[in-house]
Amino acid sequence: MNFFLKLSKIDRRFIYLFIALVVVLPLILKPKFPVVVSKPVQDVYDYIEKLPEGSNVLISIDYDAASMPEQQPFLEALLRQLFKNKLKPILIVQWQLGAPLGTMGLEKIAKEMGAEYGKDYINLGYRPGYVAQMVGIGKEIRDFFKVDYKNIPLDSFPMMKNVHNYNDIALLVGLEAGATYLAWIEYAGGRFKQKIALALNAVSAPDAYYFYQSGQIVGLVGGMKGAAEYEVLVDKPDLAVAGMASQSYSHLVIILFIILGNIAYFIEKGMKNKEGGK
Amino acid sequence: MAISTNFWIWIAALLTLAIYSFLYKDNPFYKFAEYLLVGISIGYGISIYWHNTIITKVYNPLVYDKNFLVLIPLLLGLLMFSRFFKNVSYLSRIPIAFVVGAGTGLSVPSSFEFLFKQIYATMPLKLDIGSLIIVVGVISTLVYFFFSLEHKGFVGKVSKVGITFIMVAFGAAFGYTIMARVSLFIGRIQFLLSDWLGIIK
Repeated sequence: MNFFLKLSKIDRRFIYLFIALVVVLPLILKPKFPVVVSKPVQDVYDYIEKLPEGSNVLISIDYDAASMPEQQPFLEALLRQLFKNKLKPILIVQWQLGAPLGTMGLEKIAKEMGAEYGKDYINLGYRPGYVAQMVGIGKEIRDFFKVDYKNIPLDSFPMMKNVHNYNDIALLVGLEAGATYLAWIEYAGGRFKQKIALALNAVSAPDAYYFYQSGQIVGLVGGMKGAAEYEVLVDKPDLAVAGMASQSYSHLVIILFIILGNIAYFIEKGMKNKEGGK
Repeated sequence: MAISTNFWIWIAALLTLAIYSFLYKDNPFYKFAEYLLVGISIGYGISIYWHNTIITKVYNPLVYDKNFLVLIPLLLGLLMFSRFFKNVSYLSRIPIAFVVGAGTGLSVPSSFEFLFKQIYATMPLKLDIGSLIIVVGVISTLVYFFFSLEHKGFVGKVSKVGITFIMVAFGAAFGYTIMARVSLFIGRIQFLLSDWLGIIK
């Protein structure tokens, strides 16, 4: 009894310390941890695998540095798959602070896979007014992206010569930290029947599963766990897979603390009721 | 093991530690890092806006393409700043009215498609346990939010089923939120142990 009562008054900093330990130790000791691929993630991978060579894939960077550990590993895994299958990524940015992250990931993987700028991939950068842009791309992408992120005219790039609107884009992949994905589903998906796959931060992922169930998106990659599954699928385990042991152990510790906290709460409540009864 | 000699990695590492020092207690290092983040984010955001908006959407069309139609949205945009001057602040209503009108016009047809697909997805097209759970979940949750009838008797029982579904949804959201926060911490620790201290590869 005393143990639980003492536990209910424990300094919260001990809990932080405990969590820090279960995160740091697995990263150093690297225990083997299985990563089981879920169906929504498998569906994204399978859909891309079935795309014909040379298809254009529009990638929307709708996150910033605060979501980097969750989104960047997926971006890199996705780009590896696209370049391997000779698909052509077109990168656009809806969150202006995400522009350098998208560029960084694209340049890194393009170099690794030997892809050539303007022929195999392109970076169009950020433009304001995302709703107008999503609707406008349905008509002509040049109305919003006349030049790429370095101010070079779009028509000077061979891969963009025949890209005008959603009809020329096989799949839209949104990497989402907020609610921009709702507009993608509503405008690009609803109005132009654009096929959409989403990678969401874990915080937003539960809100997007019903779009997967209704068929409004082809698949869903949720948080760092989803990114780890994708790294396994592209057969290149990286930062997300490396973080899975820490993720699992920290969840176990948090569950343990929730159980202990609840036991302590009910014991304390019971004791107060007894004292009140006297 | 090789500690980084890159000046910017050190800056990033020290700022990370400054932010996490808040977990011990509020302190000047945390405050400094917090204010720096806000300032840099705004400054960086403005520079991105400048290069990707003012230059590409205003300067280039005006100067190189001689497209003077750009002056209309530019003027509408500038009218937003009239809010800073009390005697002409009413002018800011013009661009706001334009945005509201255009936004509504764009949204209405798409919203129907968006919502109908959701309604369609809740219909039991096949008889299985999944469809049953969806139908019971949707109806009982809607009953819980129906306040024109007192929640007692049959309605009370159905709304209790509804609150159970709501609690399950909250639980899933809470679990995912924990996962998200831990992921961010893992990302920072990976940076500190790998890029900064060189302990892991």
